[in-house]
Amino acid sequence: MSTTIHTTSQALPVEPEAGKRKLSTAKAIQEAIAQQMRTDDSVFVMGEDVGPYGGIFSSTTGLIEEFGPTRIIDTPISETAFIGTGIGAAVEGMRPIVELMFVDFFGVCMDQIYNHMAKIHYESGGNVQVPMVLMTATGGGYSDGAQHSQSLWGTFAHLPGMKVVVPSSPYDAKGLMTAAIRSNDPVVFMFHKGVMGLGWMKKNKRSIGAVPEEPYEVPIGKARVAREGTDVTIVTLSLSVHHSLDVAEKLEKEGISVEVIDLRSLVPLDRDAIVASVSKTGRLIVVDEDYQSFGVSGEVIASVAERQPELLKHVARVCVPDVPLPYASQLEYAVLPTPARIEAAVREAVAS
Amino acid sequence: MTLYPELTDDKRREMLTTMVLIRTYEEAILREYHADKSPGFDIGAGLVPGEMHLSAGQEPVAAGLGLHLTKDDAMTASHRLHHVAIAKGVRLREMTAEIFGRETGLGRGRGGHMHLFDPETHFSCSGIVGEGLPPALGQAFAFQRRGTDRVAVAVAGEGAANQGAFHESLNLAALWKLPVVFVIEDNDWGISVPRAQSTSVTSNAVRGAAYGMPGIRVEENSVEGVYEAAGEAIARARAGEGPSLIEVHTLRLWGHFEGDAQGYRTDLEGVPGRDPLPTYKNTLTSLGLITDSDYAAMQSSASELVEDAIDFAKESPTPNPADALKYVFAEGALS
Repeated sequence: MSTTIHTTSQALPVEPEAGKRKLSTAKAIQEAIAQQMRTDDSVFVMGEDVGPYGGIFSSTTGLIEEFGPTRIIDTPISETAFIGTGIGAAVEGMRPIVELMFVDFFGVCMDQIYNHMAKIHYESGGNVQVPMVLMTATGGGYSDGAQHSQSLWGTFAHLPGMKVVVPSSPYDAKGLMTAAIRSNDPVVFMFHKGVMGLGWMKKNKRSIGAVPEEPYEVPIGKARVAREGTDVTIVTLSLSVHHSLDVAEKLEKEGISVEVIDLRSLVPLDRDAIVASVSKTGRLIVVDEDYQSFGVSGEVIASVAERQPELLKHVARVCVPDVPLPYASQLEYAVLPTPARIEAAVREAVAS
Repeated sequence: MTLYPELTDDKRREMLTTMVLIRTYEEAILREYHADKSPGFDIGAGLVPGEMHLSAGQEPVAAGLGLHLTKDDAMTASHRLHHVAIAKGVRLREMTAEIFGRETGLGRGRGGHMHLFDPETHFSCSGIVGEGLPPALGQAFAFQRRGTDRVAVAVAGEGAANQGAFHESLNLAALWKLPVVFVIEDNDWGISVPRAQSTSVTSNAVRGAAYGMPGIRVEENSVEGVYEAAGEAIARARAGEGPSLIEVHTLRLWGHFEGDAQGYRTDLEGVPGRDPLPTYKNTLTSLGLITDSDYAAMQSSASELVEDAIDFAKESPTPNPADALKYVFAEGALS
């Protein structure tokens, strides 16, 4: 049966050149929210410490000064209640942006997410929409241990009814957040702490980048060729995009040409972009900071294997090897998809 | 039974009419449900497949509440919901078509009896114990933000009052003075477990105090008691004074689900004598408000409505299997 909807190629907004106004990813998200709140009074933000604190990872900094506590609403630590409140408000036509700090905490309120937010549209036969953004932080690399460092985007992508967006850059973060707020579907917006450009975390050089001032959408469901190449395709997302680009730049000097595909969203998944890249290179590496088994990496590989298996000369995965994220840095970096692991995988791919 | 002195005769007759409609509906669904499931009970077989939770015996809760609510108010309910859906004014034909899994149903056959959504009457329900409460907060939040006097009613069973969702919802609703009324239907049984074995207090109404909201328990499955308690709670919510908690001691006349032999029930012998329908009929008869022929007329017009809805459902097309992936998203997403 044919279910493809996002097949037409659509011009993407042009990313501005370096040298233009630059923002951190966190500021880009704040700007997207503020712009949509100014034009649509049904948009509001709700969550733990989103008010004067400004969001634990600065996703809502400064918003309360402009919009006040009736639209930037601090909640009690009652995730089931306030996520459900977002759902009910969305059903009645509001556009809530609900933040739940860490994706690791979603277990305490998972029913509201996967049985209610995600299913109401389907169960109602399309008669009830849930235009809601559920925003959260993901990822490790700063010794926060097993309950504060997971990525888990594969979990939400696995369960039907939620769009799942995972930006890697300030430009994408603003455009994807704008698209998410305007979407009539529930969107889970997952930002990695390491791409936010926070002053108190190890800075990635690409976590601050050029961002247009006017509102714009990056369409949900379109992958981006972050770097063109001919020898190996790396399909990845979020912070791992930056690690992959670093590796690609390094190996270019040795004459190894790496193409990097930034998925940007897992639901919808841009399978066409994945197949198109592998048809150029024949070698596929999936880099994913989520757990390896039953997740994104398997899905990406299956997308090629089901469509054009003859393309695949080499397949590899660089993921978290199905272990809780350890605390000690030496252990944590042994299991994260580090540039060193990615580089080793690329070298092995081109040698094959 | 205790009578509410301020009720008009018309409202008394209206509540009895609603109770009769609900009972007639549930008896008809029972008939259709079992019609083609034998010999050898097969839960997925027949015109009405799946689990079926009927609310015969709990009519007073619905009838007492429904009279205070308009189409614009919201209601979220549990997996045992037909009675409150009917009292809320959910479209009977479309609701029945959904229960029969038809394309004309409220959810075009995607939802089923535990997952009914009627945006026209702001009605929804959930198959997960307690989890229908939080979305009611959000509906109330939207009503409050828009400066309306609309309210949301969240209905759940007594088992739900031991869930985290219940406690979180009461706290948040009271904290934000949301126009919500929480209604707990205590039918004494959480499937097979008696309330005394699951709940640390004898009345969930006292739990309202823990969250700074009024709590009242209505005894005797009294429709007039529900009418009075709901009237006060809903007026309070409409006036911006925040949420209330009502617990009604009601009665599950039949099994938890159809096919439940109820071997665990220790109270079955006394159940028929507690049936609220003949009780209220006798009350109104003794007050001189209805005659036996009035009651027969109520039953026959209920029957007409119900059989029309069932005919509508049976005559409606089943969904096209090729459309099974439709409606996952408002905007296309599958690829």
